[in-house]
Amino acid sequence: MSETATRLSAFAGLTLPAVRNRLSVTVAPDAIRYSLRGSPAAAAALGAVFGPVPSTTACRATSAGDRAALWLGPDEWYLLAPDGDAAALAASLSAAIDEPHALVDISHRNVGLILKGPRAADVLNGACPLDLSETAFPVGMSTRTLYAKAEIILWRTGLDTFRVEFWRSFAGYIVGLIAENAREHAV
Amino acid sequence: MSRFRTEAGGRVKRDKVLSFTFDGVAYQGLTGDTLASALLANGVHLVGRSFKYHRPRGIVTAGPEDQNALITLRRDAARETPNLRATQVELYQGLEAESQNRWPSLKFDVNAINGLASSLFVSGFYYKTFMWPRSFWKNVYEPRIRAAAGLGKAPAKADPDRYTSRYVHCDVLVIGAGPAGLTAALAAKEAGATVILADEGAEFGGSLLGDAVTTIEGKSTDAWMSDVVMNLAMSDKVRMLARTTAFGYFADNFVALVERVTDHLAAPSDALPRERLWQVRAKQVILATGALERPLVFPENDRPGIMMAEAGRSFLNRYGVKVGLRAVVFTATDSAYRAAIDLKQAGVDIQLIADLRARPPADVVDEALACGLTVRAASTLCGTQGGLRVSAAEVGEVNGDLTIGRKEVVDCDVVLMSGGWTPNINLHSQSRGRLIYNETTQNFLPGAPGYDNVSIGACKGTYDLSATMNEGYAAGEAAARASGRKGGMKKGFSSLGGLAMGGGHLGVVPHDRDPGRVKAFVDFQHDVTAKDIKLATREGFQSIEHVKRFTTTGMATDQGKTSNMNALAIAAKAIGKAIPEVGLTTFRLPYTPTTFGNFAGTARGDLFDPIRKTPMHDWAAAQGAPFENVALWKRAWYFPKAGEDMHAAVNRECKTVRTTVGMFDASTLGKIEVVGPDAAEFMNRMYVNPWTKLEIGRCRYGIMCRDDGFVYDDGVVGRMAADRFHVTTTTGGAPRVMNLMEDYLQTEFTDLKVFLTSTTEQWAVIAVQGPKAREVLAPLVEGIDIGKDAMPHMSVREGRICGVPTRLFRISFTGELGFEVNVPADYGQGVLDAIWREVREAGGCAYGTEAMHVLRAEKGYIIVGQDTDGTLTPDEAGVGWAVGKAKADFLGKRGLMRPDLTGPSRKQLIGLLTVDPKRVPDEGAQLVASAAPAKGSHALGHVTSAYWSENLGRSIAMAQLENGRARLGETVYITSLTGAAFPAVVADPIFYDKAGARIDV
Repeated sequence: MSETATRLSAFAGLTLPAVRNRLSVTVAPDAIRYSLRGSPAAAAALGAVFGPVPSTTACRATSAGDRAALWLGPDEWYLLAPDGDAAALAASLSAAIDEPHALVDISHRNVGLILKGPRAADVLNGACPLDLSETAFPVGMSTRTLYAKAEIILWRTGLDTFRVEFWRSFAGYIVGLIAENAREHAV
Repeated sequence: MSRFRTEAGGRVKRDKVLSFTFDGVAYQGLTGDTLASALLANGVHLVGRSFKYHRPRGIVTAGPEDQNALITLRRDAARETPNLRATQVELYQGLEAESQNRWPSLKFDVNAINGLASSLFVSGFYYKTFMWPRSFWKNVYEPRIRAAAGLGKAPAKADPDRYTSRYVHCDVLVIGAGPAGLTAALAAKEAGATVILADEGAEFGGSLLGDAVTTIEGKSTDAWMSDVVMNLAMSDKVRMLARTTAFGYFADNFVALVERVTDHLAAPSDALPRERLWQVRAKQVILATGALERPLVFPENDRPGIMMAEAGRSFLNRYGVKVGLRAVVFTATDSAYRAAIDLKQAGVDIQLIADLRARPPADVVDEALACGLTVRAASTLCGTQGGLRVSAAEVGEVNGDLTIGRKEVVDCDVVLMSGGWTPNINLHSQSRGRLIYNETTQNFLPGAPGYDNVSIGACKGTYDLSATMNEGYAAGEAAARASGRKGGMKKGFSSLGGLAMGGGHLGVVPHDRDPGRVKAFVDFQHDVTAKDIKLATREGFQSIEHVKRFTTTGMATDQGKTSNMNALAIAAKAIGKAIPEVGLTTFRLPYTPTTFGNFAGTARGDLFDPIRKTPMHDWAAAQGAPFENVALWKRAWYFPKAGEDMHAAVNRECKTVRTTVGMFDASTLGKIEVVGPDAAEFMNRMYVNPWTKLEIGRCRYGIMCRDDGFVYDDGVVGRMAADRFHVTTTTGGAPRVMNLMEDYLQTEFTDLKVFLTSTTEQWAVIAVQGPKAREVLAPLVEGIDIGKDAMPHMSVREGRICGVPTRLFRISFTGELGFEVNVPADYGQGVLDAIWREVREAGGCAYGTEAMHVLRAEKGYIIVGQDTDGTLTPDEAGVGWAVGKAKADFLGKRGLMRPDLTGPSRKQLIGLLTVDPKRVPDEGAQLVASAAPAKGSHALGHVTSAYWSENLGRSIAMAQLENGRARLGETVYITSLTGAAFPAVVADPIFYDKAGARIDV
């Protein structure tokens, strides 16, 4: 029997930008990621065992400990949990839900970056058209949006901290664009 | 210091001298100068040549509206920017500028001969003259006209500068930072609003900059302005953008601003973009864009040295530059008197003030007289003299009947003119606001706005300084309140000495010259004269939009900022209509010319579009594979060994797959997880195939149609569970298939409990194809029996490979025994490494998309989008067997029953075998009935795929052919780009292993 295959990050070989005291960009650790689709009742049933109860308020994330549920649509949530056996966790979660639903493992489909610092919002606004002021996009808000031509999920986890999740093949484009948009903030 | 530079005053820094060159001549200027003010300080007025007659042109204004002072700025070979306005270019150390549209030199331009022949070059000349012979237009006339006309030259090298963009939201966007804009921003800030204040100048203050006489709240304008600017700058709610032009006003207060970040710097930081595009969404917009001074239209009004009166004053007060030593002032407004007084006090001889008006306001005249100036009312200029610079003005008395009485030639080196003020309504008009013509002031003023905006100050016709500031403060407070802030404050401003801006004249002034011959310019850049506009009306053009296009007036780079009103008045008079009946042309973006870089932003090079790479991309690159673009993906094309060209590599790869085994990165295929109790029924409705009876663990080749019955996408679908399907799609079709499914689910099939998730990127996919495929995988797979009977063709199993989870498909796009290994994407490379070791041991190879295409064509497998083009039904594409005819309904079922899809002479996909086996047809080549069909014959079809097949030792092709399946064995002819059509025999499209024996082993 052959040796176990190792993981290779989508960010391998990419240089993450940074602007001293203004912006840091780090790769979010490997995680279990699920797409949950179903009714709010299904989401509530999942919440009872998952931890955070998925929000029914649009564009709001709920989190408990190191697990989170991001509202993406009236029947769609994006779930995050620490890395582990995604199939086993999915089976246990699904077992708790009587309603029709889909809980699909997308742990490897998506990757995440964490942008932190006083210029994080400005760098995001280099290619994201949303109003990222604290009043319009408060901590705990999440949404599917665009970073130039790439679809991203944007989640504000702190006043100056954003988590950006996207499909892995866009890693080069998004890292390159963040770097380009961050460059002027060095001045 | 030059005799044109004043001893003191202005906002230039006299201790900071800068060197620059213009047309190779070295000059000196001061920090704070524009290129225009620095040239004038050196006595240089001549800066360019006009578009058509190549007449010498001088600096006319001190602002962005200048039509003449267009220059090319050069930093290095790649950084050459044409058509910049010298009045906006800030001087920096070492600046290199060149004049445009002249040859061989600015002072001697051979094309100026056009001016002598100007009676030939009338309006519409190009339309009328260069008609015959027809072929000459493309090859002779147009290239020559284009070479002689035009302004600066576009740079030949790629732009090395960077351009960025920023989206930003605010409560109140204030455009223009003169007295109106500053007070508006102040009020909005005090009311608690978030404010953006943008001004195209380097400094905030607008008309107040360098105003030495006016006081506001008892302070000098300088002191008042710096207090207000400081107050605003200290607030974290106010973003102040200097050197920033609002150039486009879009729906719902979406306003585009361009900030020129580095153009004014001698040695800008690499980190800074040259320009920054601000895309602003504002709840409220305040337009404080001021007014522009109009030229007077008099004979020979275009000589260098003839300029706007307020520009002369601005150059003096702001930049400490005397625009000349002896001036004639020609005016129809009060404001020019202030210019005359200021210039006289600076030591300029003001020969006289010729006022077109019979009775200028007494207080204005008295003040001038008190300063020792000569004023002549009811006076006009009948012409000017001079070559490259005005040397004299012909002043004439205007009689009551508008004839000219006594005339006098007055020496001068500068003429300051003022035809009145035109409110700058460009952005209001862009925002779809209405315009109202004011008979009294002879101006178009902003009417009802198109969006939530308001015009204040001079751009709405308010010229009194205190009134302007009061209006500004009130507008700022109201805008803040309308955007949800508290507001409620009130403030009144007092000022003394603001500019009187009354009076004005539209159209040609009275003169005694032959109106059919004299050149009285309306549009200086495009050489449009009053007589051109009259000619247009004689030619029958009644609408100003037509007059504009016939004469090109207002089509210069300034979009008619200074010329429109005069042109309109001349046209209206000639047609005999009132000005509002003739109408005003529509203002369009950009407000001033804007760089391409600004629009391109970061979307260039590798960031132009996302470049999507598979998890095994770097491995393929390391193997030396070139890549093919498929949608946004990069796919490995072929894997050349040393010394191999593409054909050799592809031939080897194709042979290897059929004899041993090949490995292929299929990760880009679209994947959709269809889950839910009604998943099978959903599949029944979306695909033409039946799905209910598909067993768990088995696969089926699915065809999807649009509702018109034409093939839309295809792919293998595996049933993972009763309520779960693993659907694959084409690489390029993945997003649209997902969207179509979601669309139907949300709008048509709301009765179904089904949920969709894209899993395209969850799985890395490694195809292993060939007789040795099983032996390659066997040592790596755990928990799955991949034997012939345990795992037949078209089945799927879940288990592990190389210790990680896999969905293992036994499917084939080559016609050989084949598997597709799906593993979580991050494991793709690791699993590929293990498979690659086994493949090499088995004597196999890696293959790319080209070999994949050849191998599938040998088997007659279609590629949707290549062999189909949105006009073939499943039957016509040769996959009619997939249609579940017993199903009650499916997407496209009714479309397929349309009579025109069941009638004769529809095209069908067939194979082609060229009579000359070595000849590979061109993909896309037409099929015709004979080697030399008569002209006008219709094509019978076209080649969709064509390859050299090394396995068959001959070429193979697939084609769409009318009644193709009924023509098997017939000969058709394939057109060629390089010679005569050549014959091919119509064949079954399965060229290799027709029985399919190789797949089921």
